[in-house]
Amino acid sequence: MSLFFAYLSVAASLASGVAALATDHRVMLDRFADLILRRWPRQQDQAGVLFSERQFAESHRNSLFVLLGISGVFAILAGATAMLNGSVTTDTLPLGLPWLHWHIRFDALSGFFFMIIGMPLCAVSLFGPGYVQEFEHGKHSLTVLGLFTGLFVAGMELVLLADDAFFFVIAWELMSVSSYFLVAFQHEQASNRRAAFLYLLMAVIGAMAIILAFGVLAGFSGGLLFDDFRSVKLSPVWASVAFVLGLFGFGMKAGLVPLHAWLPEAHPAAPAHVSALMSGVMLKVAVYGFIRFTFDLLDQVMWEWGGVVLVIGAGSTLLGVLYAMMQHDIKRLLAYHSVENIGIIFIGLGLCIIYVSEGKSQIAALAMVAALFHCLNHALFKSLLFLGAGSIIHQTHEQNIEHLGGLIHRLPKLSVVFLIGTLSIAALPPFNGFVSEWLTFQAALQAGGIHSGVLRSLVPASASLLALAGALTATCFVKLYGVVFLGLPRTRHAANCHESPHRGMLAGPAMLAGLCVLLGIFPTPMIESLNIVTGQLLGDALPGASALGWLWLTPVAPEVASYSPSLVLVGILLTGWLCYRLIYRRGGLEARRAEPWDCGFGGLNSHMQYTATAFSMPIRRIFEPVFVVEETISEQKSGPDGFNTDTLHYQLRVSDLSWGYVYQPVAQLVITLSRWVSRIQTGNIRTYIAYSFFTLLILLWGIS
Amino acid sequence: MAWLLALLQTLLFISSAPLLAGWLKKVKCRLQNRRAPSIFQPYRDLRKLWKKEPIIAHPASWIFKAAPYVVLSTTVLTASIIPLIAVNLPTAKIADVVVLIGFFALGRFFLALAGMDIGTAFGGMGSSREMTVSSLAEPAMLMAVFTLAMSASTTNLSEAMKYVLDTGLVLRPSFIFAMLGLMLVAVAETGRIPVDNPTTHLELTMIHEAMILEYSGRYLGMIEWASQIKLMIYGVLIANIFFPWGIAQEFTLEALGVGAMALTFKLVVLTVLLSLTEVIFAKMRVFRVQEYLSFAYLLTLLGMLSHIILEVQH
Repeated sequence: MSLFFAYLSVAASLASGVAALATDHRVMLDRFADLILRRWPRQQDQAGVLFSERQFAESHRNSLFVLLGISGVFAILAGATAMLNGSVTTDTLPLGLPWLHWHIRFDALSGFFFMIIGMPLCAVSLFGPGYVQEFEHGKHSLTVLGLFTGLFVAGMELVLLADDAFFFVIAWELMSVSSYFLVAFQHEQASNRRAAFLYLLMAVIGAMAIILAFGVLAGFSGGLLFDDFRSVKLSPVWASVAFVLGLFGFGMKAGLVPLHAWLPEAHPAAPAHVSALMSGVMLKVAVYGFIRFTFDLLDQVMWEWGGVVLVIGAGSTLLGVLYAMMQHDIKRLLAYHSVENIGIIFIGLGLCIIYVSEGKSQIAALAMVAALFHCLNHALFKSLLFLGAGSIIHQTHEQNIEHLGGLIHRLPKLSVVFLIGTLSIAALPPFNGFVSEWLTFQAALQAGGIHSGVLRSLVPASASLLALAGALTATCFVKLYGVVFLGLPRTRHAANCHESPHRGMLAGPAMLAGLCVLLGIFPTPMIESLNIVTGQLLGDALPGASALGWLWLTPVAPEVASYSPSLVLVGILLTGWLCYRLIYRRGGLEARRAEPWDCGFGGLNSHMQYTATAFSMPIRRIFEPVFVVEETISEQKSGPDGFNTDTLHYQLRVSDLSWGYVYQPVAQLVITLSRWVSRIQTGNIRTYIAYSFFTLLILLWGIS
Repeated sequence: MAWLLALLQTLLFISSAPLLAGWLKKVKCRLQNRRAPSIFQPYRDLRKLWKKEPIIAHPASWIFKAAPYVVLSTTVLTASIIPLIAVNLPTAKIADVVVLIGFFALGRFFLALAGMDIGTAFGGMGSSREMTVSSLAEPAMLMAVFTLAMSASTTNLSEAMKYVLDTGLVLRPSFIFAMLGLMLVAVAETGRIPVDNPTTHLELTMIHEAMILEYSGRYLGMIEWASQIKLMIYGVLIANIFFPWGIAQEFTLEALGVGAMALTFKLVVLTVLLSLTEVIFAKMRVFRVQEYLSFAYLLTLLGMLSHIILEVQH
């Protein structure tokens, strides 16, 4: 049953892609309309409306997204049935190589990630029709956008279904290549073309690493089926080689530091609903690949791997948020936060590897639940924030937050929805982001029983880095929300914008916001159902997650730690209401509106507000070593001794450390190597004849 | 019965917080050879603020009006989960110590947003500095808490206090480091000298005050009360975690009385210590705060390492 829903979901997304092909085929439709008119001439008026340019465009656009929405609903249904049944379904499709058909396997882990795809997809299908409207009259064709969005979603779902290495890689490449076209969609800007190329390049390198990792397993097992991989026993060295290749390949797609460089370039380049899917969902598919490869396909895990994953995860978390702090492009900022959140997920996975190798399967299950739950939460709030950012850009045509401000008065509904996303990503109680970070902390706190002393001190240290990153995230989102929504509008665009007339553009993010609140207040049912995933994967679960009842979350035991988000919410509302009754209602005077305090000089204007650059300046100075800061001030002076300053220009460029230390050396190396290799290409025909001659000679020698 | 007691304890907590602030001011004035106001002065100030007509700037949105309610209610909720004069209360189960740090973060988040809401330079500056200071303080605080939690193998405050009570007076290097670190964090988070000066209104040095500069009337009253409760929360945390002796373990009138007396004594000692440091030290430059807080982090990290190396048995 669950597999059937999954197939329907894939089919619906493919259908959405195919339907997009009809965009440029209005001629056929006109012919069809003529045919009808000739037969029933009386319906001319109705048909005129039905087949008018506008009506056609709108219904066509809607149908694309309705199909995507259907795909999302079926994905949720498939995931829910798989997780409730706990059944594992397998199937073979008569496609692929003659001797290796596509093998399909649908278990609780795939089901959970199907749900992660499904929920943002439903929101995107609500948001999309209003958003893509502006592309219709531009130079871009909706055909490309619709076709590759459909293929992209189908590719992600097929990755989750794959049960042999061949099919997995095909689905993986389908996902990568179709999203390349989405990143390159607005290709008239050179920066987008560059981002798309970088994305494709790194996707290919990552895929190569994944193929090699499968190759190690295939070499020892002799087959390409995942079942063959599961049964093979590897020596520790080969297992480590496979693991490192897998970590590299999947980590590149997931955006772990220092393999993240494509992410902040590619995600902002794509249209907003695609960025939401890429950031919210595609990165999770990479996490799925890593979990499947490490915990399912490899027969054992080693604690050293856990240490490596933990350190990389903690590094990604901290560097992701620090780089995000310095961004002023709203979508780039959100993209860097994806790096941070992937880091949090990998901290959970690293802890899980450590505990599995220590034989503490129950705490390992806790760490896995924390990581999986954060996958879901991040998918929800990051898609919400990207869709919200898309709305803001759509309404104001400004992507730089320094040009916005005061939107809370102009976009009141969106500002509430966006605030919920902000509170969730900043990991504040009682929202969903907090629950998964809390679970990660609880998993880290069980480190006392680890045998290795190095790990025992490494685990709490990385947890404190997580705390630092969490606090910095809150700072970053105070900056984002404060500069974009609060204060005075900084430009005309920001001052004149208004709420979108298209209701779906608000309904999509609002649906995700509702889910964020729901999962934040009642996390226990979801965590209980994750027990099936960890049960299938690790052979253990959290038996006492609801020992005090379903309102309470007790991951280890009631006396060790307990958290009741619903009671927290009730407490906050109750005390807030009491304060309101007691302080305001009883003798409180009505507030009077007045000018803000201007030190007695008067004439405050929007340019005197604190800017985003100023807001993040203390962080930039404190963490100076991790940034490459270029700060220039140019002054033009006049008068005696340069007494008057005529013009003053301040320029600030903050960039990523990894460019200078990782990417440029590698690029340099590749160029040097290719120069070196190119020496054999002399361009002289005699040399090539000599090459052929000697090659023949050697071959003949080899044969005889 | 237990829930009623928890409610009474919370009421006691929030109503005695202004008294602690008054006492702190009194000690500080005496140390500076000044005449002190009555220790009930904070109550009068609060009453005056609640009666006054609040003034709100034109660009303010609903966030500006909602923030004081959020700040006060999260602070009260935090006060309700901390064992004050008795352990084993049911409210301690609602949230553990990690959630408690989350509550502070929630209140601070809204206050920082409110600082940005008016669109003046002061508010933004205060928000930026406050968020920076607290994001550096949070890992140190969590590390201190983790040291405690790993020793007691629980993050539930009530259980942790009972663990310290049960094991008796044992010299633990990790606890000493954690306590020193937590004290430094407490000074930073409550905005006291040498990190911030709660009595200043000089724009170059303001942190917390700059953020709430636009508040007046009952809104300011709520924020002031919340920061008094916050000061007391940190005092009670330090006093009851590291020196829980005297706290009531059963709910008899006698035990509760002893608990109240013991707590008063501990808080008096702590406030004298705090006012001594406030008198001795000068306020730091804003960019020296990071060094101060990294020292706090280093202390708590040492505490954690000494716990792992010296105290864990295998």
